[in-house]
Amino acid sequence: MADLSIDFCGVKSPNPFWLASAPPANTGGQVMRAFDAGWGGAVWKTLGNPITNVSSRFGGIDYANARMMGLNNIELITDRPLEVNLREMYEVKKRYPKHTLVASLMVETREDWREIIKKVEDVGSDLLELNFGCPHGMCERGMGSAVGQEPKVLEEITRWVVEDAKVPVIIKLTPNTGDINEPAEAAAKGGAHAISLINTIKSLMGVDLERMVPTPRVADKSTNGGYCGPAVKPIALFMVSQVAKNELSRGLPISGIGGISNWRDAAEFIALGATSVQVCTAVMHYGYRIVEDMIEGLSDFLDSRGMKSVSELRGKALGSYVEWGELDLDYNIKASINAESCIGCNLCYTACMDGAHQCIHIPGRSKEQSEAAGHYHIPAEIPAVPVKVAGVPAGRFVPVVDDHECIGCNLCALVCPVPGTITMVEKPGLIGRKETWNDRVDQGRDLNPGSLDSTVARRAKR
Amino acid sequence: MPPSFVLPVLPDGRLEQRIGESKPAYNEAEAVTEANRCLYCADAPCIRACPTGIDIPTFIRKIATGNVKGAARTILAENLLGYSCARVCPVEVLCAGACVYNAWERQPIAIGRLQRYATETTLDNGGMKALYASSLKASTGKKVAMVGAGPASIAAAGLLAMEGHKVVIFERKQVAGGLNSLGIAPYKLKANDAFKEIAWVFDLGDIELRTGIEVVGGDFTIEGKITAKSLLSEFDAVFLGLGLGPDSALGAKGEDGPGVHGAVELIERIKSDAGLSLAGVSHALVIGGGNTAIDIAHELALLGVQEVSMVYRRSSEQLSAYAHEIEYGMKHGVRVRTERVLTEIVRDASGAITHGKLAHAKDGKAVAGTEELVPCQLVAMAIGQSRATDVAKAFEGVELDGKGRVVVDAATHRTGNAKVWSGGDCVNGGKEVVNAAQEAKLAVRDMLRALAG
Repeated sequence: MADLSIDFCGVKSPNPFWLASAPPANTGGQVMRAFDAGWGGAVWKTLGNPITNVSSRFGGIDYANARMMGLNNIELITDRPLEVNLREMYEVKKRYPKHTLVASLMVETREDWREIIKKVEDVGSDLLELNFGCPHGMCERGMGSAVGQEPKVLEEITRWVVEDAKVPVIIKLTPNTGDINEPAEAAAKGGAHAISLINTIKSLMGVDLERMVPTPRVADKSTNGGYCGPAVKPIALFMVSQVAKNELSRGLPISGIGGISNWRDAAEFIALGATSVQVCTAVMHYGYRIVEDMIEGLSDFLDSRGMKSVSELRGKALGSYVEWGELDLDYNIKASINAESCIGCNLCYTACMDGAHQCIHIPGRSKEQSEAAGHYHIPAEIPAVPVKVAGVPAGRFVPVVDDHECIGCNLCALVCPVPGTITMVEKPGLIGRKETWNDRVDQGRDLNPGSLDSTVARRAKR
Repeated sequence: MPPSFVLPVLPDGRLEQRIGESKPAYNEAEAVTEANRCLYCADAPCIRACPTGIDIPTFIRKIATGNVKGAARTILAENLLGYSCARVCPVEVLCAGACVYNAWERQPIAIGRLQRYATETTLDNGGMKALYASSLKASTGKKVAMVGAGPASIAAAGLLAMEGHKVVIFERKQVAGGLNSLGIAPYKLKANDAFKEIAWVFDLGDIELRTGIEVVGGDFTIEGKITAKSLLSEFDAVFLGLGLGPDSALGAKGEDGPGVHGAVELIERIKSDAGLSLAGVSHALVIGGGNTAIDIAHELALLGVQEVSMVYRRSSEQLSAYAHEIEYGMKHGVRVRTERVLTEIVRDASGAITHGKLAHAKDGKAVAGTEELVPCQLVAMAIGQSRATDVAKAFEGVELDGKGRVVVDAATHRTGNAKVWSGGDCVNGGKEVVNAAQEAKLAVRDMLRALAG
């Protein structure tokens, strides 16, 4: 069995699965139950000066029968007295000395920072996480994402904290910025020991059309909140990999956050450079118990790949994430439909007709009918293979891909409801050798899609 | 304007009231969850399998998005009787049977229940009139007569009324609706729900119902009867929705007398006659292998008859009843005895039935010397219905085929008389409500062209 333990800035954690700073890590009782369930660490609900919360606080977005594909919240930092939190943090660390306890902090003045750092270090926090990410409420008071969006301020506060702290400092970044590299670089310059991302995305969850009030609703008003959950994972993966590749920040351990619900999500974040991962929405939806599957699934996956420890997985996919100009223009794939498992729903056909390149044909039509349907190229032969399944009336045929027109976009495979029925098959390329856009630019055969300046800069760099 | 269709009040204590629904109504959450399972196929096989061609994936998607009224519009655009069809259609062999999920060994979409949800939710709040308020046409002054008030006539009447034509329906019985009101198994649709749909249709325009009036041949109109000739002269067009005639008799010894019922007649009494009692009936025989046979057998079993046997003279492979109906009936205790023939109904001195004499059958015929006595107190004959040929013949130019069915042009449903159209069981020999609705639709399309003249 692979070793799931990690070393995060010198702090050991039994596994990379941490609770994110959020409602699941609100109290000592919760965190201890989470550790009992198997979580390796917890980032306590952010501590700071006293606030008052509102009701309601959460909004969900469903897709078809999937509940809470996305979640947003307008909750602020902890609304419990600091002394209570500190007492419980002390208790947790005393009872679970091998688990990772991270104090999430958000205050304003240097004095406030100095004071709270001392307090949380005194109760045994292993790490500090500075919340420069919260995009609602707190940012209106000059904290949270208001800091994360101002690289100079972020760098300055980071420097204060690093100077005063005895334990390593993680900077939590907001995705609500034009370029995630800027705050990441500022954190690195300020001396941060690690980076965590992403915090939630600024959002309005929806509109109650009866009341004409956005959601979540507080009396007759609403406000923008922070969006998270499975739907944000692709955004988080992108930003994590940006920070992992950035020249200034790439040496810093990353705690990946954003839509992680299972071991596979976690493995993807780790493969793109994360050392630990933090989870909130999935726990809010299904409870602490999900970690059992995360531990088992990641362990089995590592075993299946012959990896002895989770650190071997870290960054494995990062090298194959490149800019568009490095992609092989000669790579050529075509859709292939498996007649054995096709159920004849024609969703691939309609997606290709209206959303792609009109290359999937329904057999049995005349040339005129095909043209009327919207095809531009009609293959000489469209074999009529009947859908071989019970319950489908005669005269229904497996759709046919016209290789001449298929540009290998994946759309048909994405909409097909039967897994494995549409596959993308590699074909010989049209150029005959690997060639990228950047190759062409370098050879002076094409312009860089960015600008002439960047082309010149690239050449100079090489 | 007062409501043009006064809902009939059936007496309390009918046996059908004791029978629950086999497919209860969905609530909103159930409907949306089921609707979200639909793949929204392109050129969907369910549409092709629907005799009326309802755009099923579109109406289901509308349920999923919360556009329930739009879903009802999509359904009713192809089938004005979309509500009752949702409840009585054999979806297992039509739309749901064609669902691509069957191929994938997943439960097909519950299309009937979703259709009921869309139509019932919408029409219970304002009926069809509210739904079509902006598109109903002003009066044209043209008049159309319907003969019979079954599903075909009701559908045709609604479609004509929407276009501003006046419709008068002549019904021999006291109650409108035909088999939809009085012949559908109560676990699918009860009489009052069928009446509800008729009321929605009548609200669409100027539709008048004249019950207790028989259409006859000849030249003289007397009380309770009206002649075909007078309909042809007084109306701009006539639609024959005659249905079928009375249950056929078997001709077995002892058949005449109490305790022997025609299946259609018995179902009608279960649905409408509070005086019908099954007290003392512990064993019943149902003769026949079709859908009417399994329906009455199933109803008797649900009403507490301990042993109900459906007796069919040929093999189980030749049963014409739907397999899903037989399976469902058997779940409630119906026994199916194939390759058996009822040769005699045995009565005691008082005339009450004590036994049926069943013989083994070969090629549908009794084999002598194989008879056995089976206890029973009630026998229902479900071996077909006669044709309503006399009424059809009263209309000059209307022809019947060798099986007594009204002959029409398949595309227009016009008969040999240019002013007479026909549809439903009297044309197709006895099919589903959905077939009647489709035939009425085809007939009305042609009638509208003719009336526009």
